[in-house]
Amino acid sequence: MSGIIGKKLGMTSIFDKDGKNVACTVIEAGPCVVTQVKTTEKDGYNAVQIAFGDAKEKNTPSALMGIYKKAGSTPKFRAAEFKGFANEMKVGETVTVDLFNEGEFVDVAGSTKGKGFQGVVKRHGFSGVGMGSHGQHDRQRAPGSVGASSFPSKVLKGMRMAGRTGGVNIKKTNLEVLKVIKDQNLLVVKGSVPGHKGTYLFIEK
Amino acid sequence: MKAAEAIKLVESEFTNGKSFPEFNSGDTVSVYYKIKEGNKERIQQYQGVVIQKRNAGLSTTFTVRKISNGVGVERIFPLYSQNIDKVEVVGRGKVRRARLFYLRDLKGKKAKIKEKRG
Repeated sequence: MSGIIGKKLGMTSIFDKDGKNVACTVIEAGPCVVTQVKTTEKDGYNAVQIAFGDAKEKNTPSALMGIYKKAGSTPKFRAAEFKGFANEMKVGETVTVDLFNEGEFVDVAGSTKGKGFQGVVKRHGFSGVGMGSHGQHDRQRAPGSVGASSFPSKVLKGMRMAGRTGGVNIKKTNLEVLKVIKDQNLLVVKGSVPGHKGTYLFIEK
Repeated sequence: MKAAEAIKLVESEFTNGKSFPEFNSGDTVSVYYKIKEGNKERIQQYQGVVIQKRNAGLSTTFTVRKISNGVGVERIFPLYSQNIDKVEVVGRGKVRRARLFYLRDLKGKKAKIKEKRG
């Protein structure tokens, strides 16, 4: 699947062809520079590595700097490998948002917003225990029982409990492309995508 | 390009080339609203006083209040909805606030808005 690296700019809502008001996300997609081309002979597989986002030269390791210099590009912040581009890519070429057409479906991968240490109601969708009144208190967001007594005499592994939530890599699949604005490198997809504004996203076709 | 500018640009792409006369709270407007009945489409006219306008780019909405058969009716229209054929300004009203919710408590002559002169 060919793809591109982008940056989430924010959300808005638009009226689609049927006149329905739909939520959408605006992504700054590319232009990405091809930094490496992996081949079966040399690397054992075929892929194209592309990079996006500005980085400072002083913050870029010299080993990476060499790659960017070979590609004739400024240092970049994010790099990713994609497979299956329609035409053969060469180092130094750019991948733009032209890759996508309106009406197509894309997968968007990225890191979700970190939520910190959360209870089971938010983290796993538990409904809490008991009622708000009738002599009960402090039970509405409680996890309830975590297991039986003498058998098995332990809490089973994988028991869903409170803990760090969010900040994991997920992929949202089959998001419709509503608009491609080529001169500004903008991609508008239907619905939400992972992460906060300014987060880097990997968009696959 | 900044994120806010980019979002504005995207919204402007979806206005479908629609433009409306400028109007605000207190103005009397006529809204021509498309209604689909099966395969048929007809246009319904709805006239009343704008009691609020929420300016928010593509999701701008405005509320129109009228008295229908002695009952107050309020409708909220999304300005850029495809169902809005056109908006006509019938009269300009002289009001001192942006949200005219006080009209809900008034009846008859008191609920009338003075017209803007000049």
